[in-house]
Amino acid sequence: MKIEGKVIKYGANVDTDVIIPARYLNTSDKMELASHCMEDLDPDFKSKVEEGAIIVAGPNFGCGSSREHAPVAIKASGIACVIAPSFARIFYRNSINTGLAILECEEAYEKISDGDRITVDFDTGEIKDLTTGIVFHAGAFPEFISEIIRADGLVGYTRAKQNKK
Amino acid sequence: MSMTMTQKILSRHAKKESCAPGDLILASLDLLLGNDITTPPAIDIFEKSGFDRVFDNEKIALVPDHFAPNKDIKSAAQCKRMREFARKQNIKYYYEQGQEGMGVEHVILPDNGLVKPGDLIIGADSHTCTYGALGAFSTGVGSTDLACAMASGQTWFKVPEAIRVNLTGKLPRYVAGKDVILYLIGRIGVDGALYRSLEFTGEGVKELFMADRLTICNMAIECGAKNGIFPVDEITLSYLSEKIPGGYQSAPEWLFPDEDAVYEKTVDIDLSSIRPMVAFPHLPSNTKEIGSFPKIEIDQVVIGSCTNGRIEDMRKAASILSGRKVKEGIRAIILPGSQRVYKQCLKEGLLEVFVDSGCVVSAPTCGPCLGGYMGVLAEGEKCVSTTNRNFVGRMGHKGSEVYLTGVEVAAASSVLGYIADPALLEKEGEA
Repeated sequence: MKIEGKVIKYGANVDTDVIIPARYLNTSDKMELASHCMEDLDPDFKSKVEEGAIIVAGPNFGCGSSREHAPVAIKASGIACVIAPSFARIFYRNSINTGLAILECEEAYEKISDGDRITVDFDTGEIKDLTTGIVFHAGAFPEFISEIIRADGLVGYTRAKQNKK
Repeated sequence: MSMTMTQKILSRHAKKESCAPGDLILASLDLLLGNDITTPPAIDIFEKSGFDRVFDNEKIALVPDHFAPNKDIKSAAQCKRMREFARKQNIKYYYEQGQEGMGVEHVILPDNGLVKPGDLIIGADSHTCTYGALGAFSTGVGSTDLACAMASGQTWFKVPEAIRVNLTGKLPRYVAGKDVILYLIGRIGVDGALYRSLEFTGEGVKELFMADRLTICNMAIECGAKNGIFPVDEITLSYLSEKIPGGYQSAPEWLFPDEDAVYEKTVDIDLSSIRPMVAFPHLPSNTKEIGSFPKIEIDQVVIGSCTNGRIEDMRKAASILSGRKVKEGIRAIILPGSQRVYKQCLKEGLLEVFVDSGCVVSAPTCGPCLGGYMGVLAEGEKCVSTTNRNFVGRMGHKGSEVYLTGVEVAAASSVLGYIADPALLEKEGEA
């Protein structure tokens, strides 16, 4: 699968408290969460995010809380993919489990600028900056993670395992 | 093959002879935890997925502690959903607000004897890593992980590499577990242990009380670690023999790390060299020693939370506040971490000390730590807090500031009105 979108760029250590502040965690409604996504970090996020936009950010993206509401809010905002040199581990799990596409690529963070248009090929891990023409390669998922993704998330994977028993 | 403590626990629970960093394993769980923020989405997923019964109603703990006692109608609905699920599934360790054994999740689970050395525990809360203090592997996960694990009793892990933290020396006065972990996070950074386990060793371990170890492991996540873990010693065994129903004799023999276990690196810390630490806004790694920065006046102090809400913390706060007053214009809010801690404070006369000195004493709740309620900050306000995170907007308005410290610095700051070294109060007393 290949996607194309406009880049919204952030720095290092984007934490779950700015992705979705805890004061809004008295609901798990996706669209309500999306309406507050990133508001403490970037008040213009809502106006910038067009359907299919891609976040490119610095290391340790998603650090902090275990709230799954964070990847859920990002995905429901219309973000198609997040690219960063590294992700906090609970955020990484939660993204795989809830179907938010994430890719690890340090060079992409260094060279892609805010507002660039890029394409991402999830099958090959190729990221292409259409604005500059530069091509990057993200690390591939381990086979086990790919299996979860193919099962449409952890729920599908767990059900398939239980049905085998 | 030689293994660390973490690797031994993971391989044991995956029914494998051994495992190596990078291996993906499916492991059986001893205990699962959820709270009122993370459990309702897990219940939605559990039910929508067609799962019928939980795998074991005696291996799940559900604790409504974050926005409870219910702070608003939506929070009440989340707690209600959790309560009804707990009843339907006959969850043994569902803790109702106010009842015996209830409190902030990571304060009560060890205190109620639900954690043993060698256990494998997941919780839909990032500070689940707290239980490593007792020689268990415990880590935070999300709601989907919790939902699937409630159905299957298992979850997957990538076996982590380990960083050894070698402790020597003794803690100076006014320095405790909180200062040790803030010092470590300041040294290695908020992603300094990303995906890795932090294994604490060395002769300095025996100088740390269980409350210190719980605080240290609690904040392992703040440097990105998958878990933090302490070896089991006399201090652990004495704690467990009091907490576990029927007592506790000795840790399983297989649990101890192999002498030739491989660590990615070793961080040496001389406990005697650590000063009271302050993590400045807006990262827990943004640490400075007390006394190394100009005077910072504050508006609020919060003492409590899963990091510092234990009886030892309450005693430290009272020892500073006894016979003193919270400075005019400062709000000091104290949250005993559980009903049991609250009652012990009552018995020891600590509540009286807190009220006499001008503090708000709250029921046990996570409330202010995550900007929920019971101490939310306005724009421009500064708070000294014994909690665990100081991200933008963590305790309220995005223009507010949180300074993380240990209990004694927080209590002294409430008296003096600025971020203060508790030793200053001694000098004041002598003068």
